[in-house]
Amino acid sequence: MVTRRVMLQRSAHVAALLASAGLLPASARAAWPQTAFEAKSLADAVKALGGSAPVESKDVTLTGPDIAENGAVVPVACACNLAGVKRLALLVEKNPNTLAAVFDVTDALEPSFSTRVKMGQSSNVFAVAMMADGKVLFAQKEIKVTLGGCGG
Amino acid sequence: MADPMRIRAQAQGDKAVVRVLMSHEMETGQRKDSAGKTIPAWFIQEVTASHNGKAVLTAQWGPAVSKNPFLQFTIKGAKAGDKITVDWVDNKGDKRTDEAAVT
Repeated sequence: MVTRRVMLQRSAHVAALLASAGLLPASARAAWPQTAFEAKSLADAVKALGGSAPVESKDVTLTGPDIAENGAVVPVACACNLAGVKRLALLVEKNPNTLAAVFDVTDALEPSFSTRVKMGQSSNVFAVAMMADGKVLFAQKEIKVTLGGCGG
Repeated sequence: MADPMRIRAQAQGDKAVVRVLMSHEMETGQRKDSAGKTIPAWFIQEVTASHNGKAVLTAQWGPAVSKNPFLQFTIKGAKAGDKITVDWVDNKGDKRTDEAAVT
């Protein structure tokens, strides 16, 4: 039986082989917004995604624990009650790079997503909604972390 | 090739809630190994989902998404039997596609 561990080792090995052979491009997709993911603050990240200055709004909701025991796995959910959301993003203020994830919302989707993020330390987490009319709204929540997710 | 994703799509009224569990290291590029060398970043950069062949979601992720990422989203107008396809591409160009039917 091929266990998960063996599988992961093998895939890492193959990827290393490919990388050493120079077969892999440095960046897989040009569409990936690199400057946004390298941004160090909420304002910079939103700007890099092409948005205006973000405004706090009650229509954006961010749910997560008040205290996360393990910073490597913090469950967070973001949603927006308004129509015309184009993009939802999750950001962690004190991570080395603020932006965690961006979701492009289409008409066929509810503007509501859950995922799990890493947090290096206790910090504010932001959910940012970029609207079709150019407005940028956000909600924030402080999440305390007892064990950081970036050490090791 | 990475391990398969686990996808569960459940119809709730005129919507379907899709939960995806991917299998990926999601290495941040910030950590160091025992020899003090930085472990290179290795994470999923782009996730796309489609409903009966029509793209409904594109997401761009950074290395701050947890290891073995979980993602939940809701598709409007999906009903039992519809096909949901999810695929991801990581920063090494590795990719994976899996599909599931709405139940």
